[in-house]
Amino acid sequence: MTTSSATTSGSTATAGLRASAPTPPRKTPPGGGTSRLHRHEQKWALIFVAAPLIGYLAFTLYPVCFAVYASLTQWNGLGPMRFIGLQNYVNLLGDEYFRISLFNTFFYMIGIPIGLALSLALAIAMNRKLYGLTAFRTIYYIPVISSLAAIAILWQWAYNGDFGLVNQVLAFVGIDGPNWLASTAWAKPAIIIMAVWKGLGYSMLLYLAAIQSVPRSLYEAAQLDGANSWQRFRAITLPMVRPVTFFLVVTNIIAGAQIFTEINIMTPGGGPEYSTASAVWHIWRQAFRYQQMGYATAMAIVLGILILIITLIQFRLNRRNSFVID
Amino acid sequence: MALTQALSRRTSSRITDTVVWVILAAGAIVMIAPLLWMVSTSLKTTLEVFALPPVWIPEVPQWDTYVRMWADSLILSGFRNSLTVSLTVTVIGTFTCALAAFSLAKMRLPFRNVIFIGLLSGIMIPFPTLMIPQFVMFSRIGWVDTLLPLIVPAIFGNIVMIFFLRQYLENVPNSLVEAAKIDGASYWQIFWKMIMPIIRPAVAAQFILWFMFVWNDYLAPILYLNTPERQTLQVVIANMNVQYATQRDYPLIMGASAVALVPILVVFLIFQRQIIESVALTGTKG
Repeated sequence: MTTSSATTSGSTATAGLRASAPTPPRKTPPGGGTSRLHRHEQKWALIFVAAPLIGYLAFTLYPVCFAVYASLTQWNGLGPMRFIGLQNYVNLLGDEYFRISLFNTFFYMIGIPIGLALSLALAIAMNRKLYGLTAFRTIYYIPVISSLAAIAILWQWAYNGDFGLVNQVLAFVGIDGPNWLASTAWAKPAIIIMAVWKGLGYSMLLYLAAIQSVPRSLYEAAQLDGANSWQRFRAITLPMVRPVTFFLVVTNIIAGAQIFTEINIMTPGGGPEYSTASAVWHIWRQAFRYQQMGYATAMAIVLGILILIITLIQFRLNRRNSFVID
Repeated sequence: MALTQALSRRTSSRITDTVVWVILAAGAIVMIAPLLWMVSTSLKTTLEVFALPPVWIPEVPQWDTYVRMWADSLILSGFRNSLTVSLTVTVIGTFTCALAAFSLAKMRLPFRNVIFIGLLSGIMIPFPTLMIPQFVMFSRIGWVDTLLPLIVPAIFGNIVMIFFLRQYLENVPNSLVEAAKIDGASYWQIFWKMIMPIIRPAVAAQFILWFMFVWNDYLAPILYLNTPERQTLQVVIANMNVQYATQRDYPLIMGASAVALVPILVVFLIFQRQIIESVALTGTKG
């Protein structure tokens, strides 16, 4: 190979790619790709992009292929892998715990529309010229940057039935609060409330940026036409923040489908009657507590495919409904 | 007539302003109250923690909590491990990402689109799907219970950051790079002397966001780290939560959690403007 003094990782990537396809690419800028100068540039371009490429091959592509194979085996992670075909996938159809954990995972997503509605309202409120806005923005954003582990520990104690902050405040207004995390009815809502509280500042910030970029003339024109503030909200603000809503819904669903930390810290055993166990928590436990590596991998693949399908559907719907304002 | 109407509109908008302000302030109290309560709990005596009616502000603040938590040296090693992982990952990883973004945006890279789309497809695969095969890979080469599985995959670059830096570089005219080439600069010199200074603001913003992400990570560290002295801070406080809850030492748990929040809080308060601007950019570009 002609590669000169590059790092070893760089030259291996170059060699691999060159070997697979020696012809120059089509999308090179004018001037042709065959001259010595361009060969030189292409070589360096490949060296510069080598690290992410190798990382992608070694830590994403290879594990995915391995996962697909492992999901077809019975395997404890150490011993030999016994090929059993689709048996794991058949088994998980009848696995009540997997079904419950998937249901819980999607149940938590009730928090997404609640959080988005609240944060949009907050962003609209913040769009006014008010005293102390910067301080408000900082305060709303602090939970976002805080470590989820610390926040989960805090809220676990805050949800304590007798001595927790939540019930002490509720007692103030005469409500006798439940023992949140120990109750099958209230454990899931408790986690949703915490998640909404933690994510509010982030969505609010994105909405605020979107609202501030709406041309004032749109509102002024609508006002001249006699539109009231609700109509202006429906006809201008909501469509103008649509891209942000789309972005937040997609990313929140992807992140929500992987909810784990707060479950594992706040309800270490999966909650009363498995009522808080999430899909990732269930997978993690099957794999690393019970050494059901093959079966857990099958569940992880099903979860990954579900996330992919939901995301693709959202992109399809978004394309169908989107429109352009000049 | 028109004058009074304008006046009444102004008073009504002032009333709305006041109402909106009060709502925002109430919301801010809800947001900050749990955190304040965490600090206040950490300063209570155990008796005050379990007092009924509740004690909101401890009579004599027990600053001792913040002294005795260090006797449990795991917090210190947790800080050290978290810092090692976060700094190594972000410093080396940022460099790899910037180099790749330069190559993707400004160089004659063969198969540019295939490479870029291939990399982007990696985002679609959630970590839980990868975690079992990755764990097996790393356990085979004996890296379990070291910080390496948390560091090594990440220093090969982060697709999101490459994507944003590439977007940022699209706005830099190609003629700049061409001119430098004609002047005989090597690609490495072009990258280091010219591209890096140009993309510095974007790099800084992404660096901070990435640092916070790695610092706060919990799932990957609990997969790999078993020995208490080798655990990152998030795992340490989560274990303290289990251990000290049985001893009912809630002041210590809350104090440790509060201390774990401090570094990121400081980073946030210092770089608030950059963080908020780059986060807002993520949403509008995404």
